[in-house]
Amino acid sequence: MAEYGHHTEEPTVYGLIAEFDDSDNLLHAAEAAYKAGYRTMDAYSPLPIHGLSEAIGFKKTYVSLITLIGGITGAATGFGMQYFASVIHYDYDIGGKPFNSWPSFMPITFELAILFGAFAALGSMLALNGLPRHHHPVFNAKRFERASSDGFFLCIESEDLQYDTEATKKFLEEQGPVEVSEVLDD
Amino acid sequence: MAEGSSNLRTPLILGDKKPKQVSDDICGILDRKPTRMWYIAFLASLLVLGIGTAATVYQVMTGIGTWGLNKTVGWAFDITNFVFWIGIGHAGTLISAILFLFRQKWRTSVNRAAEAMTIIAVMCAAIFPLIHMGRPWLAFWALPYPNMRGPLWVNFRSPLVWDIFAISTYFIISAVFWYVGLIPDLATIRDRAKPGMRKKIMAFFSFGWNGSYRTWVRYEVVYLLLAALATPLVVSVHTIVSMDFATSVIPGWHTTIFPPYFVAGAVFSGFAMVLMLMLIARKVMALEDYFTMTHVDAMCKIILVTGSVVGLAYLTEFVTAAYSGSVYEQFVFMNRAFGPYAWAYWIMVSCNVISPQMMWFKKVRSNLYFVFILTIIVNIGMWFERFVIIVSSLHRDYLPSSWADYTPTIIELLTLAGTFGLFFTLFLLFCRFLPVIAMGEVKGVLSYGRSKKARVFVAQANEPMGVTPVLEGEKA
Repeated sequence: MAEYGHHTEEPTVYGLIAEFDDSDNLLHAAEAAYKAGYRTMDAYSPLPIHGLSEAIGFKKTYVSLITLIGGITGAATGFGMQYFASVIHYDYDIGGKPFNSWPSFMPITFELAILFGAFAALGSMLALNGLPRHHHPVFNAKRFERASSDGFFLCIESEDLQYDTEATKKFLEEQGPVEVSEVLDD
Repeated sequence: MAEGSSNLRTPLILGDKKPKQVSDDICGILDRKPTRMWYIAFLASLLVLGIGTAATVYQVMTGIGTWGLNKTVGWAFDITNFVFWIGIGHAGTLISAILFLFRQKWRTSVNRAAEAMTIIAVMCAAIFPLIHMGRPWLAFWALPYPNMRGPLWVNFRSPLVWDIFAISTYFIISAVFWYVGLIPDLATIRDRAKPGMRKKIMAFFSFGWNGSYRTWVRYEVVYLLLAALATPLVVSVHTIVSMDFATSVIPGWHTTIFPPYFVAGAVFSGFAMVLMLMLIARKVMALEDYFTMTHVDAMCKIILVTGSVVGLAYLTEFVTAAYSGSVYEQFVFMNRAFGPYAWAYWIMVSCNVISPQMMWFKKVRSNLYFVFILTIIVNIGMWFERFVIIVSSLHRDYLPSSWADYTPTIIELLTLAGTFGLFFTLFLLFCRFLPVIAMGEVKGVLSYGRSKKARVFVAQANEPMGVTPVLEGEKA
């Protein structure tokens, strides 16, 4: 049956996951895994661990750039709206002030820059992180509910070029975990 | 010596907790049935909210003629309340954003509750301009939008239009900031909850957060960016609020000191309010290990600093008036201190200038009952500050024939009470259903002041003898 495509009843393996009891152990294991040549892996922790992204080789995030673009868009929208309304569409003499009273337009320009910038920051964080996503294979892992409380996990995914059920399992066990187990894809 | 010097710091979180303990302590509050005290407080708040709602419905149906305003004093009680509530909110943003940028780690115990307070306070504030419009269902007229009434746009040169943008942006950013901070904690509740309704709700709102390091990296960048955006925003909001007054030609309002003076006052009153709420929460929810004397002390110092800035601003206003050569300006300030509203002025001065000065003393800062009373006094004082600025500047016009006095009606008093009802109702609900302490952030500061050596050191330093022992290898 399995020879004809993917109609197998056996669930596929997502990867191997190791649980550690503190952030330092996780950090060391991640460094070792990167050094051993593993690349497709992820670490899960209840709090941000500094140095972990450098250890696993995740360097750049575009969140700040997108936020900057959002902020500039907001400022342009804010000023553009006021200019259009006060100079072009509804050029009305108010207290003898010039139609383009740009200093008075600054507060709203500023507020919209902040507003759009924050939306861009939030939106890009969620989009780049692929959230909301309620079904992630890693939630199938044993004791994974601890990842949001006090469990520190390193998961080497089966898509990694070096992945080998036996060798990877042995490697993870050498890193001093609490437990190593297989994670099934759903 | 870097290692050794950390021994001198006091740990932020007492009890030498592990991350699991933090989750258990904070989520445990949500697992337990609410206490009798909570029910009593909640029902009382709800009752006050109900009375306030009735008063609001009555005045909206009847018209704002139910207020004590007259032609001379056209702005009084509700603008006072609006500025008061907006100011309360500012402390939340200061704690979550500005202290974050300054790397003040103690903020982690307070920021969640302070941000919640901000959002609720802005809601309370927004009610007043809405009612003041007289026909709140036409409130959208204040927004610029393409319409069918010929080309017709709002006047973008008006500070009241700036205010609408500032307040709504402020509300949205505060809510976003608060929610982003909540996501990892909601995931913690989700993972602890037994299968059922609560788990489903938390799963939905935590967006499927799994704590992957990639998400954490982006999360931290976003948090920093939001803090960097919220910091100038909070300053701009109260600056714009102060411009509602400062851009007019009313003596007592028309002054360039208003923006910094208002911002300092806002932080002053807001910190007093956060501290008051945290002192209650600490007691009721047994958070003594998380909100410690170190936190109280730090917050008292900020209240002292901003209180002194406010005091200096009062003095500066008088000096400016005396030096201005304008008889109207001079009259307003003499009238403020010795005229018909002198009682309000002196309540303001004694609450805002004199009482916070007591916080110079460590003995005062470490007496929780005293601090609690001071926080209430400061808030009373800051309410009166806005009342004094608004009413005493207006009631004596340029034209003596139009001089008038103002007394609030019972409807106005009930509306103010109603917003306190709303404030406490929402805050109690927040304490009941969401983690009051940012667990993810607190876990990051557990080791503060506790290197492995320091742990022994602190334990020994807490011995009654108080002798500071030198550990071996410590000198290195």
